[in-house]
Amino acid sequence: MDVSITVNGERHTREVEPRMLLVHFLRDALDLTGTHWGCDTSNCGACVVLMDGQPVKSCTILAAMCEGHEIRTVEGLARDGELDPVQQGFHELHALQCGFCTPGMMLTVRALLDENPNPTDAEIRTAISGGICRCTGYKNIVAAARWAAQHERQEV
Amino acid sequence: MQTPAPFGYERATSVEGAIASLQRLGSEARVIAGGHSLLPMMKLRLANPEHLIDINDLSELAYIREEGDAVRIGALTRHVDLLKSELLAEQFPVVRDAEQVIADPVVRNRGTIGGSLCQADAAEDLSAVCSALKATVVIRGPEGERTVSMADFHVGPYTTAVGAGEILTEIRLPRRPGAGSAHEKVERRAGDWAIAAASAAVWMDGGTFADVGLALSAVGLTTIHLSRAEDLLRGQAPSYELLTEAAKIATEDCSPMPDGRGPVDYKRHLAGVLTGRALRRATARALNEEA
Repeated sequence: MDVSITVNGERHTREVEPRMLLVHFLRDALDLTGTHWGCDTSNCGACVVLMDGQPVKSCTILAAMCEGHEIRTVEGLARDGELDPVQQGFHELHALQCGFCTPGMMLTVRALLDENPNPTDAEIRTAISGGICRCTGYKNIVAAARWAAQHERQEV
Repeated sequence: MQTPAPFGYERATSVEGAIASLQRLGSEARVIAGGHSLLPMMKLRLANPEHLIDINDLSELAYIREEGDAVRIGALTRHVDLLKSELLAEQFPVVRDAEQVIADPVVRNRGTIGGSLCQADAAEDLSAVCSALKATVVIRGPEGERTVSMADFHVGPYTTAVGAGEILTEIRLPRRPGAGSAHEKVERRAGDWAIAAASAAVWMDGGTFADVGLALSAVGLTTIHLSRAEDLLRGQAPSYELLTEAAKIATEDCSPMPDGRGPVDYKRHLAGVLTGRALRRATARALNEEA
């Protein structure tokens, strides 16, 4: 079947099997390998992307279910060559070691700040509780989210 | 790599259309909403539907509204919207209690109340919540609608009263005076299934329990209705001894299985402790005495 999905602002149409998961559509059909493919059971959060602005686990959504929806991946965070404040925050505060959970964590934080520009540490921890960091870097991830909240882009 | 076996896929554009598709495709067709239980089961070949009917476009099934003597919740209402609903938090605080600990926030963006109830996993929280609240559900089929009480909804493990060619469309939570409710859950880590969970709803008339609803998650093959404890409490005034006795019944009337989350004696003990806590919190809320 043909599926048309808008990814990072660009519409892509591919012929896929109905059983193709969104994570494989992004990685294999579009070569957007920034979205990581982890536990495959909707536990680890490495595959989180934004669907119409909300974080979702792309290993547990069919590509076919995304027809007509807007997906944003880690490749769509930076704009005009400038890092998103969330990316910059992860860089400034060393919020990653191996980097496997990082795309999912950053998109989850991006969605949190879009909804709640000034979250408490407890709210940040709740928001990222669907992501697992095996390098035990949560403390720095929370600090990076706070940094991003303090350095948001001034939209004109 | 885990991928479901091949299946046919179609998107429903109306409830009637979804029902017609279910009828046309027969018993090997399944409705998919959030998909966060069904797709993992399909990856593991625990479920092998030949066709999926995607109902995510049926926005007419996503609502929370007061109507008459009930709050009506559309089956496609997502966990995140149940969590954020001030109407539910005010009238049925057990719902927000449970939603704060169901899976994780990202999963809650997709999962739905209808999917949770129809999955009928004994460890699932909303089935206990709806049982305690004595909810009724609306099931629509080719012949029209029928309502079923939560007491009759679960007919066995992973099996509900929703029949062939039918679809769950609405959950009705009855509004009654003197209400208080609470949900208590213990899990190993953020986002995990419950080791045990207890839902309690009470309806006070003066100083006594006019009615009580109690249900347990994860300590049996299905959601456990604690009808013996409900009978004990009905008509009585709350006291430490009475609630302790109700909690003791919970330890006796559940039937947990030993697994990686704990042995049977521990789970029975937990069921009792959580039943006591949920009852005390529900009662305090009904009496506006919550600490």
